[in-house]
Amino acid sequence: MNSQAILPQTTPAAAMIRTLGLIAAICGLIIVAAYQGTYDAVQENKRIAVERAVFKVIPAAKSIVEYSALPAGGVEKIAAGATAPAGALKFYAGYDAGGELAGIAAEGAAKGYADTVRILFAYDLATSSISAFSVVAMRETPGIGDKILVDKDFLANFPLEAKVSTDLKALANAIVTVKHGSKTKPWEVDAISGATITSRAVGKAINDAAQALLPRVAPNLDKLKEKS
Amino acid sequence: MHESAAYIFVNALLANNFVLAMFLGLCPFLGVSGKLDTAFPMGVATTFVMLVASLCAYGLNLLLTAFQLEFLRLISYIVIIASSVQLVEMVLKKYSPGLFRALGIYLPLITTNCAVLGVALFQTAREYDFVQSMAFSFGGGAGFTLALVLMASVRERLQLSDVPSVAQGTALSLMLAGILSLAFMGFAGLGG
Amino acid sequence: MSQSPGKMSARNWDEFMEGIWRQNPVFVMVLGMCPTLAVTVSGVNALSMGLATTFVLVCSCGLVSLLRKLIPKEVRIATYIVIIATFVTVVDYVIQAVSLALYDALGAFIQLIVVNCIILGRAEAHASKNPPMAAMTNALGMGVGFTIGLLALGTVREILGAGSLFGISLFGADFQPWVIMVLPPGGFFVLGAWLLFFAALERRKQRKLAEATQNA
Repeated sequence: MNSQAILPQTTPAAAMIRTLGLIAAICGLIIVAAYQGTYDAVQENKRIAVERAVFKVIPAAKSIVEYSALPAGGVEKIAAGATAPAGALKFYAGYDAGGELAGIAAEGAAKGYADTVRILFAYDLATSSISAFSVVAMRETPGIGDKILVDKDFLANFPLEAKVSTDLKALANAIVTVKHGSKTKPWEVDAISGATITSRAVGKAINDAAQALLPRVAPNLDKLKEKS
Repeated sequence: MHESAAYIFVNALLANNFVLAMFLGLCPFLGVSGKLDTAFPMGVATTFVMLVASLCAYGLNLLLTAFQLEFLRLISYIVIIASSVQLVEMVLKKYSPGLFRALGIYLPLITTNCAVLGVALFQTAREYDFVQSMAFSFGGGAGFTLALVLMASVRERLQLSDVPSVAQGTALSLMLAGILSLAFMGFAGLGG
Repeated sequence: MSQSPGKMSARNWDEFMEGIWRQNPVFVMVLGMCPTLAVTVSGVNALSMGLATTFVLVCSCGLVSLLRKLIPKEVRIATYIVIIATFVTVVDYVIQAVSLALYDALGAFIQLIVVNCIILGRAEAHASKNPPMAAMTNALGMGVGFTIGLLALGTVREILGAGSLFGISLFGADFQPWVIMVLPPGGFFVLGAWLLFFAALERRKQRKLAEATQNA
């Protein structure tokens, strides 16, 4: 920076504050305008994405209601656009064409090979098992990690037993991923040979989410069965 | 998510190294890794800024979420980072002028280092708690320093070898980085 | 402006072309490497990132140039960063509104456009010293050059690593993809290969020039 002795080069503080304030105001306005302008479109996109994912894991479902499982027990419907109360776990109840409960779906996440693997799994209350899962977002290696989507043996893991323990505090048996070919129990996930890390991520994601959610949901079956 | 701090640290250091696997902090990685003497202090300075940024980002995020001002997240993060770098510059200038001169222009450039903003953004996206965030930024910074030091050591050696002139410069650094990245892929699954 | 329209458009063209070849951000200046290597796993991602960055470049340089007489010298870098962050936030929301799938694919690197050295460099070196039209034209050229660079990487990596181009399968189902190309090491190798290629081209050009002056 040049320092001429003839003219003072430093901007007076008042002018600086005024200009910075002006720039902050302009930037703030632009951001808020963009946020408001895109808000509806973004919410719609998210709603469509959720719907598509839930319909995929609960094929019989024709409509979805969003619920939150409260920390103190009990389930509560979440109105569109509202935020769930603190500590509550979000899940979706799918109802078929006749209004009967077809199953519930919830999200789970765990670290895979590269970044997080986010999945949506479906829980069938009649059989107390996890009937299917689908991937919401993942960055696993193409051809290796993404085999969890298509590998026949891996998909044959489901339905996966997920009974809630009698004291309603956790799952009766934790869902765990085991080495390829060594699955003996119905609550184990047989990993894909050569894609162990991603397989483990799926198992962990389902287990972590199910351990927290299912004990809260199980006592409230009747409330969920009626689609109000 | 429920990962232990130790796992997050080791993961950020090796398997998901910030430079070689996540592509963060590449500009200084290619620019400063010519000499070992500048590479190591640069890594340490960046790690320090990353720790400060991670700390501030955690606090800022709590505030922004409480007031539902998420759309201001990016701006507030970057302002905090710019201020932290300014702070580090002033501290270094006062207490270690030799180091300040050695780092030269690269010190203010830490502001535009993707790794620093990357730490803040990733820890927010993964919803890490305080301890996990600290482990993540410390591991990330250590991994950045590790990659920088490795690169600098190899490049110093290569100055004495017979590299075809058409490949010298950035092309060679990139090829080197590719080999390093390939090697680090071997750490996959470590600790988890 | 006292220049004739013909001269003006020639100067504008020059500004525009500067970023495409002579000062290509990816191949010549080697700036903005982080997004370049991270998102170029496919042609579509590369194109989207390039367009998003171009948008931020043009808008930021435009605003910086408009306010160039007002911005105090002492805090100019911080001000540029705030302006750039504003437009990146805008792009972030626009991409979410257009396609959530694309947003997930690009991930954190949309927000990392803020620290893309190209934009700050252009704002500091050019936009702060030139009128808006010139600044935005130059920024547009830089953005297009950056997009071309990203596409060069993205298409090669996608063809080799997934056997497709912009999602259209090229070699059929039996193609064994070179998976490493869509993983981090592949990014480094492909960019290194491109730089090698351009260096070889430059070397050949210099040699031809030397021969021509010798023979003349």
